[in-house]
Amino acid sequence: MRRLLPLAGGAWLAAFVAAPLLVVLVLALSTAAEGVPPFALPWVEGVNLEAFALVLTDPFYVESLGGALLVAGGAATLCLLLAFPMALGLTRARPSWRGPLLFALLLPFWTGFLPRIGAWIGLLRDEGWVNTVLENLGLISAPLPLLYSWPALFLGMLHAYLPFAVLPLYASLSRRDPALEEAAADLGATPWTVFRSVTLPLAIPGAAAAFLLVFIPAAGEYVIPELLGPPGTPMVGRVLWQEFFQNRDWPTAAALAVLLLALLLAPIRLFQRLGTSR
Amino acid sequence: MLRRLLAAVLLTAPFVALQPGAASAQQATPPQATSPQAQTVLNVYNWSDYIDPYAIARFQRETGIRVRYDVFDSLETLEGKLSAGRSGYDVVVPTSEPSFSRLVRAGALRPLDRSAIRNWGNQDPALLRQVESSDPGNRHGAIYLYGTIGLGIRPDKVRELAPDAPLDSLDLLLKPENARRLARCGIAVMDSAIDVLPSVLRWLGRDPNTTEPRDLRAAEDALLAVRPQIRAITASGNLMDALANGEYCVVLTYSGDVIQAQARAREAGRGVQIGYVAPKEGAQLWFDMLAIPADAPNPEAAQRFIDFLLQPDVMAGITNQVRYPNAVPASRPLVEAAVRDDPNVYPTAEALTRTFTVNALAPAAERARSRSWGRFKAGR
Repeated sequence: MRRLLPLAGGAWLAAFVAAPLLVVLVLALSTAAEGVPPFALPWVEGVNLEAFALVLTDPFYVESLGGALLVAGGAATLCLLLAFPMALGLTRARPSWRGPLLFALLLPFWTGFLPRIGAWIGLLRDEGWVNTVLENLGLISAPLPLLYSWPALFLGMLHAYLPFAVLPLYASLSRRDPALEEAAADLGATPWTVFRSVTLPLAIPGAAAAFLLVFIPAAGEYVIPELLGPPGTPMVGRVLWQEFFQNRDWPTAAALAVLLLALLLAPIRLFQRLGTSR
Repeated sequence: MLRRLLAAVLLTAPFVALQPGAASAQQATPPQATSPQAQTVLNVYNWSDYIDPYAIARFQRETGIRVRYDVFDSLETLEGKLSAGRSGYDVVVPTSEPSFSRLVRAGALRPLDRSAIRNWGNQDPALLRQVESSDPGNRHGAIYLYGTIGLGIRPDKVRELAPDAPLDSLDLLLKPENARRLARCGIAVMDSAIDVLPSVLRWLGRDPNTTEPRDLRAAEDALLAVRPQIRAITASGNLMDALANGEYCVVLTYSGDVIQAQARAREAGRGVQIGYVAPKEGAQLWFDMLAIPADAPNPEAAQRFIDFLLQPDVMAGITNQVRYPNAVPASRPLVEAAVRDDPNVYPTAEALTRTFTVNALAPAAERARSRSWGRFKAGR
């Protein structure tokens, strides 16, 4: 049994991580063609580096990658800022309250992702609840363009990813030794100094995990920018979708996916180093 | 794709109770098998809200073939499935451009056996000729329904804000002085490069099928000039609901969507008037084609289904239901007068001469077009 377990883990990794990656890589080296499926494999038409060349040299794709990283970074920062007080509050809540509070945090996952985003559309559209209420209160005379905007995009990101930021922060904050903070306070530190020089440094590994847990999926996000974001948001998820479905250029789409993955490996590596240095 | 899905399923359903005017999603319910011994199964993949449910029930009764009816809401979904192969569908309904022609060239469709489609000759030869630019020789598809691309407008609002603007031209949208005034009641454009850029090129007096970067640039500039006035660039399905609710007063989209929005607005009874404008500069014509995937499990049943649909009375029932014109002239007398005589549903012969179709573009040109569209959407 003890020998079987790592074997099972290895098999799982091979089947669900390595194999799909290999397929994507092979696709990226294929030649786009008209047919079913719409490409010719490298061992038929030869290895084709055109897709990578296009993606690396055309500023359009480079911008979309940069745009995605910026938006993901912004979303992760926002989530972190909001998640920190939430996690801290959770650790300071009475133990009997923690269960229900955590439950409330996870409650949104009980509803499908698309209906929740759909609900935001219903709230934000021109004839939606927010605009209707504001108009009926006489605060505005024409509907505000809320939907398909940057704020709507970040609102959607925040809504979708906040729990992913709260949980690792909560885990690391709840493990901290309260004696450390008490000691600092006994030695005359103000509450702000305690927070800055004791609580915050203790939370750094949790914060890094929280940031990455939001940043990585957000960088490839397609649904939220498509449904809530401004038209033409230069995000790689949308560009990838466009190449795959509208231009039917599977190799270019695959090359973009490989590039995004390579870009995301850097922060993961950084995080690992952060983990081992402590 | 997702927008349309959401608009149709999620938005309308939960908010109907709270927004009395909201349109209700009317689904063509998949009919039940009529006989228990139904052996043959026909898998049909069609656009959502795009058939007369009675036609399917009748086909099942007459042939004993059980129909499994599935719907898609964007060409990307359909093409994605067919491109991967083994979709399992027997009859699909791609639009002439870009999907149908791409599928023809990719060899993803099975040539039709006309000897098995006795009603083939019911189709209007003039319309079939128009489709030949997508499918030389009309070998791979029969015409299901067709339509034009134009402006859905609220005439009363437009009159109020821009009394001197013409109501029969793309000037309404593309002349900045008009767009500036009409922005106050909402301008929207469907998010589809292939359905918008050719009309803009035509309005500029250039070839809608151009691959010249200079022409494409001119169309992009024309669109960018009114970009600040455009409130939404989104899937046509969303626009139909929003137009019916009165959220916009000028919308560039498919004719049939405008006509459906008109009907929904009338049902809602909130006094939203909607009209359709096929631009006098010449409207883009599109066709939805009945086709059989190359690897269809049951091509014989598929041919029978296509043959069945091309009957005048069946086609009339479909047009009455979905309000798009069909290509079977003999069905005209059986179509409700209100639909038949509406020049927005059935373009007049004179209007048809001014329409144009788009051609398939080479991949590089297609990428240039979608790039151009991306810049317009982003407003740069």
